[in-house]
Amino acid sequence: MRDLPVLEMGQQPMIEAEGLRIGRNGERLLDLRYLALDGPGPTLIMGPNGAGKSLLLRCLHGLIAPDAGQVRQDGVPIGAESRARQGMVFQTPVLLRRSVAANLDYVLKRHRLTRARRRARIEALLAEGGLAGKGRQSARSLSGGEGQRLAILRALATEPDVLFLDEPTSALDPAATQDIEAMILRAARRGTRIVMVTHDIGQARRLGHDIVLMHQGRIAEHSLAHDFFDDPQSQAGRRFLAGSLVL
Amino acid sequence: MQDFAQEFTTAMTLILTGDSELWAIVLLSLQVSVMAVLIAAVIGMPLGAALAVARFPARRLVIVLLNALMGLPPVVVGLLVYLVLSRSGPLGVLQLLYTPTAMIVAQVVLVMPIIAALTRQTVETLDAEYAEQLRSLGVSRLASVPTLLWDGRIALATALLAGFGRAIAEVGAVIIVGGNINHVTRVMTTTIALETSKGNLALALALGVILIGMAISVTGLVSLLSLRQEGEAMRHA
Ligand SMILES: Nc1ncnc2c1ncn2[C@@H]1O[C@H](COP(=O)(O)OP(=O)(O)OP(=O)(O)O)[C@@H](O)[C@H]1O
Ligand SMILES: [Mg+2]
Repeated sequence: MRDLPVLEMGQQPMIEAEGLRIGRNGERLLDLRYLALDGPGPTLIMGPNGAGKSLLLRCLHGLIAPDAGQVRQDGVPIGAESRARQGMVFQTPVLLRRSVAANLDYVLKRHRLTRARRRARIEALLAEGGLAGKGRQSARSLSGGEGQRLAILRALATEPDVLFLDEPTSALDPAATQDIEAMILRAARRGTRIVMVTHDIGQARRLGHDIVLMHQGRIAEHSLAHDFFDDPQSQAGRRFLAGSLVL
Repeated sequence: MQDFAQEFTTAMTLILTGDSELWAIVLLSLQVSVMAVLIAAVIGMPLGAALAVARFPARRLVIVLLNALMGLPPVVVGLLVYLVLSRSGPLGVLQLLYTPTAMIVAQVVLVMPIIAALTRQTVETLDAEYAEQLRSLGVSRLASVPTLLWDGRIALATALLAGFGRAIAEVGAVIIVGGNINHVTRVMTTTIALETSKGNLALALALGVILIGMAISVTGLVSLLSLRQEGEAMRHA
């Protein structure tokens, strides 16, 4: 199994998880020996429902303390400080009960930007997400695709080093999906490291630099994308691509 | 029956001609109850919010207690406040008994638990939805409280209105601590009770009409607000 396909010798991976274990009532929810998110990304995390993908993102983002193990960013154990340099778009993002612009302003205010700078930044973000002119609309009245774009913009507002996305297009039509993929790629080009969960194999092929396949709380395979799709090394990988891997 | 029609006509005349005694009573009622709701909000909202987000051993107990206090019989509250404010009571030196301030105190005691309990409920529900997202955005537990209060603003406004509704319509507590003194502590409800027993139905009726008008307005506002909230919830779904 080629577990660390993109790690150059001696180079420190941006995010590193070691010995992560989470159990509930004797059930193993997460159990992974080692995961390094290095290289340019995007890293695409795949696997059946309930495999532990969302749980893994929460751990990497520091929202859940694992029963054992450690997550490091740039060599330092993660905490509130590293979380400030990460953004996350949840599987069900929570938009504040305020206007679209206020959702973005909320994040910018915590970074103590002046009012004028915040306003300019909001305009730029809205334009970036195709939401120009919708700033005053109530965020909760946005369509699913628009809401998802706002959630991504909000996570990107502070220009994080890493962006975690949990199935950001799973409820969207192909056009909306394309919009979001384009946003994600632009963010990646600006230097944000993308780590994204998806069930969409086409999407993983389009975006993925490397693929993490999860199964029953474990990492079944971590390979470069073209290797994974052309010639998966694990039994689980072959069954997953054949569509017969279930929980 | 003709008597009633006549009393009613007189009552309407009192209202429409801006009878000064009538409107002085209405004004005092509003002053007392609005002040009571504001004070109750200043105490009750932070208390409710704290109960919603803080975790401490006796938390469940405090919540149950608070919910029980919501149903306090006004007469008993009046009695308790009377005992505290009376000449020989712990706060007797302040000489507040039979003043509008005493009525405000009694109404604060009645209304504060309502506002605190509804605030707790609102903030706790919202917190369950927001907590993880806010943490991801770098908001500490403490700093999340203003966010939760603001995003729960419709429900909180409803809580304030509910408190006001209870305060303005309440008679048992204010009559004990206010004493129903003419031109000093006579509010709508106590005046209605007194004037009805004296047979002066016109003034009682006039106040009754205004009180009903206020009650309907408050209820109407509450349902408008909850409609708005439902609308937002639906659009989100
Ligand atoms: N807080 C929790 N307490 C108990 N069990 C949990 C908790 N969070 C997650 N789980 C369990 O962990 C397992 C993995 O959940 P997770 O949400 O990570 O799955 P997933 O891979 O993201 O699935 P999906 O593709 O459906 O989103 C599930 O069985 C879930 O029930
Ligand atoms: Mg998930």
